[in-house]
Amino acid sequence: MPKVSMNVNGKKVSGDIDSRTLLVQFLREELRLTGTHVGCDTSQCGCCVVHVNGSSLKSCTVLAMSLEGANVVTIEGLAQDGKLHPMQEAFRENHGLQCGFCTPGMIMAAVDMVNRKGPDMDEATIRHELEGNICRCTGYHNIVKAIADGARKMGVAPQAAAAE
Amino acid sequence: MYAFTYHRPDTARKATNLIAKVEDAKFLAGGMTLLPTMKQRLAAPTALIDLSTAEDMRGIELKGRNIVIGAMTRHVDVANSQVLKEKIPALANLASMIGDPAVRHRGTIGGSVANNDPAADYPSACLALNATIITNKRKIPADEFFVGLFETALEEGELIVKISFPIPSKAAYEKFRNPASRYAIVGVFVAKKGAEARVAVTGAGSGGVFRPNRLEAALTAKFHPKGLDGLSFPAEGLNTDIHADAEYRAHLIMVMTRRAVAKALAK
Repeated sequence: MPKVSMNVNGKKVSGDIDSRTLLVQFLREELRLTGTHVGCDTSQCGCCVVHVNGSSLKSCTVLAMSLEGANVVTIEGLAQDGKLHPMQEAFRENHGLQCGFCTPGMIMAAVDMVNRKGPDMDEATIRHELEGNICRCTGYHNIVKAIADGARKMGVAPQAAAAE
Repeated sequence: MYAFTYHRPDTARKATNLIAKVEDAKFLAGGMTLLPTMKQRLAAPTALIDLSTAEDMRGIELKGRNIVIGAMTRHVDVANSQVLKEKIPALANLASMIGDPAVRHRGTIGGSVANNDPAADYPSACLALNATIITNKRKIPADEFFVGLFETALEEGELIVKISFPIPSKAAYEKFRNPASRYAIVGVFVAKKGAEARVAVTGAGSGGVFRPNRLEAALTAKFHPKGLDGLSFPAEGLNTDIHADAEYRAHLIMVMTRRAVAKALAK
């Protein structure tokens, strides 16, 4: 079987995999990083969003083989030294989740959003940028609030974004 | 997804050499359509030739009076390109409306054009801007490239390497999109270059992207929303599906064309 190597959450990993292994399968089934979820499996819902070389990607729609040598960050890679990432903290404080299934993808998409758009996003921008993430509980109101709050906190703690 | 062998050449030439040798192989660009199609087992190539490391197929360049975009250029790079924002802002704007942020980080212009989805955005830009599709073998005018639903002039093993867009004097894209899929229910790209106005409609035609000749003639006579006064678009030959019927799409073509012209003039 072909071999793939990449950096996941700052650690070098490799595996002998079937060519058709999707990134999300590699993360969940090979590396046992089950924080990244599979919702729709058709690149609509965004539960599987991770960062690849600093940009958000739907890990259900990319082959692991395509990411040889890439830097991947999953939800497990955000907290540093036992301390939640400011965006995670904001979701907790603002109750930005109901069942929690979409949350890892929401948080990864939110951090990517801040990296691109900066810490001062208005509500319309956040809602527009969230178009690739679906919350089946329809808990968008608090998710949007959490992202606005998390973005501001990332703004005052830029090292959190730089940790990637 | 059925099993396949995986190849990752690092140049366009190596990719086309490979496809000539490997049986039943398909090129993989961004994979935003091909991978979901393979998951559903609607496509089952026995080999994939991944173009993601073909650096010579990437980039946006100003060449004389044209902007040349490498086929493996991602939507996000088209949307953020400084030279495009200056020379063909309508094209950068179109790219910013494709899918969602994560899809734009991976999807490519060449993949979209080669796939020729009847509701995709890029084919309308190619047609209205009178682009030239440059493959490993030849140069194909956009007017001859888009043949039908998911059908193009590309031959077996032929690869889009780059696309050349003549810089228009005015252009704009307006899309009435499906809120769930974000594909165009109707998308209209208008462009004016010299005296000629060109219009391309995506999402509506049962044969894929097309140029509405009467609207083009009206806009060539008068490039202004008022130039379309009194005109309507026939519903025959337009798509009817759960999202919109043919009459509604015909109506939207006129609305989106007017909006696009107004947007082009506002710049």
